[in-house]
Amino acid sequence: MSDLDARPSRRTVVSLVGNTPMVEIRGWKAELGPGVRIFAKLEGFNPAGSVKDRAAWNMIRRGIESGALKQGKTILDSTSGNTGIALAMLGAALGYPVKLVMPENVSLERKRIIRAYGAEIVFSSGLEGSDGALLLCREIHQSNRDLYFKPDQYFNEANPEAHFLTTGPEIWQQTTGRITHFVASIGTSGTIMGAGRYLKTCAPSIQIVAVEPEDAFHGIEGLKHMASSIVPGIYKENELDRKIGVSTEAAYDMVHSLARIEGLLVGQSSGAAMLGALAVGRSLDSAHIVVLFPDFGDRYLSTNLWIGME
Amino acid sequence: MSVHVRIPTPLRKFTGGQESVEASGSTIGAVLADLDKKHPGLRERICDADGSVRRFVNVYVNGDDIRFLSNLTSPVKDGDEVSIVPAIAGGY
Repeated sequence: MSDLDARPSRRTVVSLVGNTPMVEIRGWKAELGPGVRIFAKLEGFNPAGSVKDRAAWNMIRRGIESGALKQGKTILDSTSGNTGIALAMLGAALGYPVKLVMPENVSLERKRIIRAYGAEIVFSSGLEGSDGALLLCREIHQSNRDLYFKPDQYFNEANPEAHFLTTGPEIWQQTTGRITHFVASIGTSGTIMGAGRYLKTCAPSIQIVAVEPEDAFHGIEGLKHMASSIVPGIYKENELDRKIGVSTEAAYDMVHSLARIEGLLVGQSSGAAMLGALAVGRSLDSAHIVVLFPDFGDRYLSTNLWIGME
Repeated sequence: MSVHVRIPTPLRKFTGGQESVEASGSTIGAVLADLDKKHPGLRERICDADGSVRRFVNVYVNGDDIRFLSNLTSPVKDGDEVSIVPAIAGGY
């Protein structure tokens, strides 16, 4: 799958997916137990800028291998952002047209990035959120199934498989097996399901902690309040050890703090995940916590996340 | 003034599932107060403790964001359409 061993001139952008760096978060040490350390895995270093590059690439790869995705087909999915950006990038790099359904109230950056890669966007109602986009996408798919390859990130096991094959092993290696807790925010849940499964095969004692919005009405882009949403088919709640709910306002404030205290400008789902990591760390004397930051903050600069800041 | 208020999916549990409801008032603040009388609990999801609209919520009057008008004192007329929209699409 990877052509990383090839000469640089033979590599494509696809070979840059994954193998992201990890840094220690030091700014909250005073609030944590003496032996608690928090490490952030920075998925913004993926070529299209988010953790979704991994799932998108694996879903496309599996589609090509199975014959479901052939030249001439259009890649179609519902996505209000990072998966769409990843699919748009991969479609451009691999030569497949891409059509994406998303709510009309996605940020300007997302619309522009996706169009820059040459993908087509169909807008659904901003009032209906991502579930509205999912339902409209199903209608479009039904109208001409032969034309489309639908990765279907909510139900495709190749989504968590990407994290079982890449994210999980990287985390295990980067922490030299010392990890005690893996914390990730949940949208499709692919990251936490796949990476969590892998880490449990390494050490069943590793705690898998999911972070979600505390309420159905929230402003944390990328995340799902599972109890009130169409639950992704890949989501298996019994595989989680703990679920933590966070407020939108606290997630936004954490984004601001991470930028100023750590020099990490990240997105809102990273702010949410960091709140979860702190909640875990505060209750322990000793831990080696890895928290995943799904993307960087550039694509949110025009959004409400920065209301009040000039 | 009587206006039509469009309600986002996660808040329809407060309006008996209705996606659009009627409310009275000559400003957005008054409309929100009237909404809360008719549909208790709705305003505290939209506004924070000091009464301002929460950071991630956008309120539009006929498509204009009230943050570019005069926020809660933004005027409304009979028949105006007010939309309450979370600033994110909720997605991935």
